[in-house]
Amino acid sequence: MKYMLLIYHEERSWDTSTEADRQQIYGEYRELIGELSSRGKFVSGSELQPVTTATTVRVRDGKELVTDGPFAETHEQLGGYFLIEAENLDEATSIAARIPSARTGTIEIRPLAENAAEAAA
Amino acid sequence: MTQASDTLEQVFRAEYGRIIATLIRTSGSFDLAEEALQEAFTSAASSWQTGGAPRNPGAWLTTVAHRKLLDAVRRDKTRSDKQSEIEYEKSRLQPFAEPALLEDTVIEYTDDRLRLIFTCCHPSLSREAQVALTLRTLGGLTTTEIAHAFLLPEATLAQRLVRAKQKIRLARIPYEIPSLEIIGARLIAVQAVIYLIFNEGYAASAGQSLLRSDLCAEAIRLGRVLCELLPNEPENAGLLALMLLQDSRRHARVNASGELVTLEEQDRSLWDRREIEEGIQLIETALTRGEVGNYQIQAAIAAVHAEARRADETDWRQIVALYEELMRMTSSPVVALNHAAAVAMSEGPGRGLSLIESANANGALENYYLFHASRADLLRRLSRSAGAAEAYERALTLTTNTVEQKYIRRRLQELPL
Repeated sequence: MKYMLLIYHEERSWDTSTEADRQQIYGEYRELIGELSSRGKFVSGSELQPVTTATTVRVRDGKELVTDGPFAETHEQLGGYFLIEAENLDEATSIAARIPSARTGTIEIRPLAENAAEAAA
Repeated sequence: MTQASDTLEQVFRAEYGRIIATLIRTSGSFDLAEEALQEAFTSAASSWQTGGAPRNPGAWLTTVAHRKLLDAVRRDKTRSDKQSEIEYEKSRLQPFAEPALLEDTVIEYTDDRLRLIFTCCHPSLSREAQVALTLRTLGGLTTTEIAHAFLLPEATLAQRLVRAKQKIRLARIPYEIPSLEIIGARLIAVQAVIYLIFNEGYAASAGQSLLRSDLCAEAIRLGRVLCELLPNEPENAGLLALMLLQDSRRHARVNASGELVTLEEQDRSLWDRREIEEGIQLIETALTRGEVGNYQIQAAIAAVHAEARRADETDWRQIVALYEELMRMTSSPVVALNHAAAVAMSEGPGRGLSLIESANANGALENYYLFHASRADLLRRLSRSAGAAEAYERALTLTTNTVEQKYIRRRLQELPL
């Protein structure tokens, strides 16, 4: 079953951390992705450009409304994601807990609707 | 005839959790399992009345419920060739293909209640959902009963259960006993759910709702199940002992006019000796294992109270020492408050008062009813009536429990102002 792990963190503290710290974190990410890939658990994932690059689009009454920035202002920002394959929520949780940003930020675990959609179709 | 329905009622209480746990494992669905078991009970109600109860009613019900489950799955499959919504796995049902229903057949079903309890108390479910799901499935209480016990509209509780079951299915919360690395943390959640159910029943007492005191009995029953399933966890025994020892005072803690009676003033002949004996034995055995925990210490404190035949025979020094042990384990201000109250009994109200005030040094207990009520009691004993009255008044604004309100009002009236 597939789970989306949404990685939220405080962009400000990431921006102010030292280059050495960042390289350390990137190294940990590479290691985790490598390990998950070798077990067929990693589907895809990426870091996202900062929230200042975000654009929001809405279509209302057939009109396209394009605005700057994210839909909601929050304390932590979406900074990346992992799409993983896991047996159940406990396995997904244990993988999420190993994401380096879990130590400073928050990981939201969401099951993909594909299985449920197929079943209910 | 009534014997058959009595048997059915007893079997329902005793076996519901065990049977539903197995049905959930084989069907992979809480809803299908509930429906099948409901149908099996309906069959039993008519069949046992005419032919008498079978020798092994639990096995009978399990077997019939499995048949109902198979029927439901077949219906589901013929109705449409689409994959069933409950993500059914055909292979799971194989062991129960067509069990014989002979009187003497005793089928050994594995005990799946441990899986069930860990799934119901999974940390990804809210505490409210954990409680509702545990009572509904493991306890076999109806939605109506749970709603009444928690003073909630039935629709709210029904929706809570639907959402919880949906999350279990969609997020695939596993139906298994947690691995060794996490079982400790998960067990703490299970214990917390059971104790919360107990306290919900204990806090409300006579006059309010009879159903609520049933929650205490249900929590004790769940506590027994947990001890039976995981006998090597001394905290499980500690929790059961604690609940038994608290429950033993049930009839003494409220008087005929519905007023709260403090431990000091309780008529100790009303204490339930059987529960006390069982509680003390459980806690003594648990403590010899040398893995002391929160519930064991609390049970030990309750045991010291239970052992005193009169209030003035209470070994307050030992209680103070036990609270100090508890304070080393948790930094809860409520524990500090209880410690202060015990010190007041052992060393006098003056010393107790200064400890009570330091327990609230950071204002953590400012909105806590018992902080003001205990402080008021100490001020009263120190003959500082004006201060006591003020504290009682403050306590009165912080509780909605009618029994507690009555107690405070009586104390206020007794003050020599």
